[in-house]
Amino acid sequence: MSIQAPHAGPLAEPVSQEDLVFYTADHHVNPGSGTLLGFWIYLMSDCLIFAVLFATYGVVGRNYAAGPGPADLFDLNLVALSTAMLLFSSITYGFAMLSMARGRKGATLLWLAVTGLFGLGFLGCTAYEFNHLIHEGAVPSRSAFLSAFFTLVGTHALHVAFGAIWLVVLMVQVVQRGLVPENRRRLMCLSLFWHFLDVIWIAVFSYVYLMGMLP
Amino acid sequence: MSAQPHAAAAHHDHGHAHDDVEDGAHGSLKGYVAGFLLSVVLTAIPFWLVGGDVLGSSRLTAFAVMGFAVVQIVVHMIFFLHMNTHSEAGWNMLALVFTAVLVVIMLAGSLWVMYHLNTNMMPGMHDMRQMP
Repeated sequence: MSIQAPHAGPLAEPVSQEDLVFYTADHHVNPGSGTLLGFWIYLMSDCLIFAVLFATYGVVGRNYAAGPGPADLFDLNLVALSTAMLLFSSITYGFAMLSMARGRKGATLLWLAVTGLFGLGFLGCTAYEFNHLIHEGAVPSRSAFLSAFFTLVGTHALHVAFGAIWLVVLMVQVVQRGLVPENRRRLMCLSLFWHFLDVIWIAVFSYVYLMGMLP
Repeated sequence: MSAQPHAAAAHHDHGHAHDDVEDGAHGSLKGYVAGFLLSVVLTAIPFWLVGGDVLGSSRLTAFAVMGFAVVQIVVHMIFFLHMNTHSEAGWNMLALVFTAVLVVIMLAGSLWVMYHLNTNMMPGMHDMRQMP
C-alpha cells in the first residue's frame, strides 16, 4: 500500500483507496476567476470613495462664499466633448475585448491604442478646464464648492490617468508575451476598471455639471 | 499516486465550466454597439434639456437629468460591465447590491442630515448660509 498518510501509526485503520483523495490542485482551480471577483470588490470600494466625495459635493456644492458658481465657470460644450471622449473610449475598449476573445493580437493592440488616445483626450479636456479655472482665480481654496468640485473631478481624472498608464503597461505586456491567459485576465480587469470610470463620469456630468448649470 | 487522476479530472471539469462562463463575459459586438447607441441617446437628451432650457422648470429638469443618469448607469452595467445574476455565482451582483445600499444610505443620509442642520440651530441663526 503506497497510499498512507506519513504520520499514520501502526494503530491506524487500513483504509480503502476510495477514501483517500488528495485535492492538491485546489489552489489552481479557476485561475483568474477569484481575481475578477476580487477586482470587482475593489471597484465597489472605489465606488464608496466616490460616494463620499459626491455626498461632500452635495452638502457644500452651493456654498460659493460670494465667489463664482457653476453657471459662471462651466462650459457645457467642453463637458460634452469630455463625455464623448470617455464614451468612445468605452466602446473601443469593448472592441479590444472582442478582438482578444477571437485571439487577434494586432487588432487588440490597435483598439487598446485608440482607447488610450481617447483617454488622453479626456485628460486633456480636464487639464484645460482646470487650468482655465485656476487662471480665473477659481482655485480650490476659493470656496467650499470649488474645494469639493476639484476633489471630486480631480479624483476621477486621477483614476483615468492611472488607467491610461495601466493600459500602456498592458500593451507592452501583450506585445512581449502575446494574449496568454495572464494577459487576458489583466485586460479583463482593466476593462472593468475603464467601464467603471465611465459609469462614475455619468454621475459626475449629470450631478455636478448639468444640474449645476440649472438656475 | 493513484489519487492523481481524481484530482486531475476534477480540475479539468472546473476549468471547462469556467471557460464557458468566461466566453460569455466578453460580450458581443451587438451588445457593445447597442449599449453605445443607448448611451449616446441617454447622454444627448439631458445635455439638450439643460443647454436649451427645454422644460422651463429647474426642478423638473433636475429630476429628468437624474432619471436619465440612472438609466444610463444601468445600461452601462448591463452592456459594458456585463452584470448579471449568474456571473461568479451571483457574488458580483451581491457585492453590487450591497454597495448600492451603502451608497444610497451615505448620500441620502448626508444630504438629509446636513439639509436639516440649519433647522436645529439656535433661533435667529437660520440664515447661516447667507453669512460671509
